[in-house]
Amino acid sequence: MNHMPRMNRRAFVIGTAAIGSGLVLGLDIPFGGPSVVRAADGAPEVNAWVVIQPDDTVVIRIARSEMGQGSLTGLAQLVAEELECDWSKVTTEFPSPAQNVARKRVWGDFSTGGSRGIRTSQDYVRKGGAAARVMLIEAAANEWKVPASECTAANSVITHTPSGKTTTFGRVAEAAAKLTPPADVKLKDPKDWKLAGKGLKRLDTPDKVVGKTVFGIDVKLPGMLNAAIKDCPVTGGKLKSYDEAKIAGMKGVKKVVKVGDTAVAVVADTFWHAKTALDALPIVWDEGENAKVSSASIAKWLSEGLEGGPAYVGNSNGDVNTALAGAAKRVEAVYNYPYQNHATMEPMNATAFYTPEKCEVWCGTQNGEAALAAVLEASELPADKCDVHKLMLGGGFGRRGQTDYVRQAVLIARQMPGTPIKLLWTREEDMTHGRYHPVTQCKMTAGFDADNNLTALHMRISGQSIQFALRPEGLINGMDPSTFQGLAPKGDATFGYSVPNLLIDHSMRNPHIIPGFWRGVNVNHNALYVECFMDEMAHAVNQDPLEFRRKLMKDHPKNLAVLEAVAEKIGWGKSAPQGVYRGLAQYMGFGSYVAAAAEISVTDGSKIKVHRIVAATDPGYAVNPAQIERQVAGSFVYGLTGLFYGGCTVKDGAIEQTNFDTYNSMRINEMPKVEAIVMPSGGFWGGVGEPTICVAAPAVLNAYFAATGKRIRSVPLRDQNITFA
Amino acid sequence: MANLTINGKTVDIDVEADMPLLWAIRENVGLTGTKYGCGIAQCGACTVHIDGVATRSCGVLVSDAVGKQITTIEGLATNGVLHKVQQAWINNDVPQCGYCQSGMIMAVVALLKDNPKPTDQDIDDTITNICRCGTFQQVREAIHAAANV
Repeated sequence: MNHMPRMNRRAFVIGTAAIGSGLVLGLDIPFGGPSVVRAADGAPEVNAWVVIQPDDTVVIRIARSEMGQGSLTGLAQLVAEELECDWSKVTTEFPSPAQNVARKRVWGDFSTGGSRGIRTSQDYVRKGGAAARVMLIEAAANEWKVPASECTAANSVITHTPSGKTTTFGRVAEAAAKLTPPADVKLKDPKDWKLAGKGLKRLDTPDKVVGKTVFGIDVKLPGMLNAAIKDCPVTGGKLKSYDEAKIAGMKGVKKVVKVGDTAVAVVADTFWHAKTALDALPIVWDEGENAKVSSASIAKWLSEGLEGGPAYVGNSNGDVNTALAGAAKRVEAVYNYPYQNHATMEPMNATAFYTPEKCEVWCGTQNGEAALAAVLEASELPADKCDVHKLMLGGGFGRRGQTDYVRQAVLIARQMPGTPIKLLWTREEDMTHGRYHPVTQCKMTAGFDADNNLTALHMRISGQSIQFALRPEGLINGMDPSTFQGLAPKGDATFGYSVPNLLIDHSMRNPHIIPGFWRGVNVNHNALYVECFMDEMAHAVNQDPLEFRRKLMKDHPKNLAVLEAVAEKIGWGKSAPQGVYRGLAQYMGFGSYVAAAAEISVTDGSKIKVHRIVAATDPGYAVNPAQIERQVAGSFVYGLTGLFYGGCTVKDGAIEQTNFDTYNSMRINEMPKVEAIVMPSGGFWGGVGEPTICVAAPAVLNAYFAATGKRIRSVPLRDQNITFA
Repeated sequence: MANLTINGKTVDIDVEADMPLLWAIRENVGLTGTKYGCGIAQCGACTVHIDGVATRSCGVLVSDAVGKQITTIEGLATNGVLHKVQQAWINNDVPQCGYCQSGMIMAVVALLKDNPKPTDQDIDDTITNICRCGTFQQVREAIHAAANV
């Protein structure tokens, strides 16, 4: 049943080789220099990050993808802060992955996941802005024949302080681009920020409210045809045959093509014609062994991993077994978490143009370089003949970090050289061919001494590893370290409690359903297990859940600070409105500390109204607090949708849910009021797109217990006939 | 062939009468602001106005739209001036990925036409579009802001 997917090791190797080893960033990179690099419109690059046009327009290059998380604006703020440019003159553009390869990865990492967009590039993008400012000032000083040290820059204007002379960035950009970049630049102390740290409006909004933004699905190329695809409904199965004669003569159909070993596509003048013909095409699948698998068989297999057997250890101290054996009191609980689809609003799609001389792809991708690697592999052309044009993403949530749809588009286009082909998945194809939130179960066992002190905690996770399926090179002696996200002793997602005897281990069991990085990734289920069980343990020893946690958090002050912030604001310890009950959760993920407090009421034991959420985030530095608030509020839509509705079940080896009628998503009437507390404490850089999702479900489930005295240990609530009120 | 009136202009397109209006708008007319999300009238990304009524265009046949006034997101602004809902969306910085927002805006414009000062309950009862980024809190604020313009 362990499934080693067809993919991508080769693509990875090709990708890495093509891109070259050694990511050299900072001031060793060629920030401009004597031979001026020009943007497509002829404007000079001051350096790779900054192009300034004669009319003072500032084009800031953004390497990371924009899928709604707002880092396009945040990254531009960081560059502009150091550049000292006029924010009203800023525009952005995405350099292409092939340009990055050709320029020795001058823009660094394109991959946009793990809430890393800002936190892992803030240093070099700020240096890019600062270096450009130094060069612009030097160019002006040279022109005036004065020392650069007598000049300052602000709002795209350079001033020679003693004489009062001024010029603009646009006037000196050409000269600045010819200068040697500075050997070193000093970055501002964040407390001196004027643009960064402010809740500026997003740069991409105006186009989005008039329907002008071009998403992958909107690409139009001359002579372009459209393709619809069906891949084998059972992963691991193959395409056996199809009866093309049955759709001969259907309107608009140009060609029926096999796509790899597992899929068939119809190419037509329009997508509607392609889809209509594909629906009429008789297809025979060879579903293979995996067709025997069901949700029940997966659950049984995972449950066998909850006891004994070999397991990878992710965190341990003391001697759990001895401590549990000697405990005065034991508390146990078993939880589970299902497969969940990302369900981006824009279904997967890519447009490919192939000739024997070149292959280009237009798509939304969270990982432009991985998409380029997929193009190289599928086209079998070298890197200098391929490129990927990145467009805005209609949602990503981790799904568009994968490149399966890019590969398919190229494989189709190769069969029609010279004709651009836009491949679009139906919602049904998207729902049933996801890269699902991994399925896991968890057994928690706690031991207490006679004074009700927690002495031992064993957390056994059984279930799927994302790395095993998608990044086997990330395994360490078979172990997937990321399964311990939010449970680890060190790193950017650590366990927020100290327990005298602790064991957290993982029995890896990998069903054939391909898992993926689903916004929040492994902290989603890990936080649910830990934070619901914290509540269970507190009640088992008749302690307040906040007080119970506080005793275990002496060595985790940042975790405690966000927890106390939400507790105070929600009024923890004070009486709630009539019929309203509260729950708490805290966690660390993606470098940030988050906590949530929920207020809910329950009708008939089965109808939950989530009235109010207070959520705190300490991301170290807050580049755009208004956007952080939006990410936090949105995280409760993603997280509570997961809790109430998010379950993909497996029957005969295939995913059963096919559209939003069977895989629902929260609407505005179910949305609680979210009060976000952004409390950056400085000294570290955390992400914000993902961490808050994981505290949504446990905060609500703990409140549900407070309201009903009943524990829910299984997601989604849909399957227990519990709904939004 | 079908003769459609979209954003005040009449277009003749060579399509089957039984094809969903959504695809005629996107592929045959070429207005791509209207989005495909589900094809079963669940998500609302394809919402347009037909004779002023917010309608999920994936669930309407071209033949049923003939002779009616169809408005898409591209036709909402008049003489280059944004509709007050679009302006409120900018002022409140509503969109995240933005993919669902054309449909969301079209639904809200229709709501405000019928009910210029909607309560939270009215919003809950009327706006049923899916947004996976989760912009609902800003959507609600922006609806009230637009209502008070």
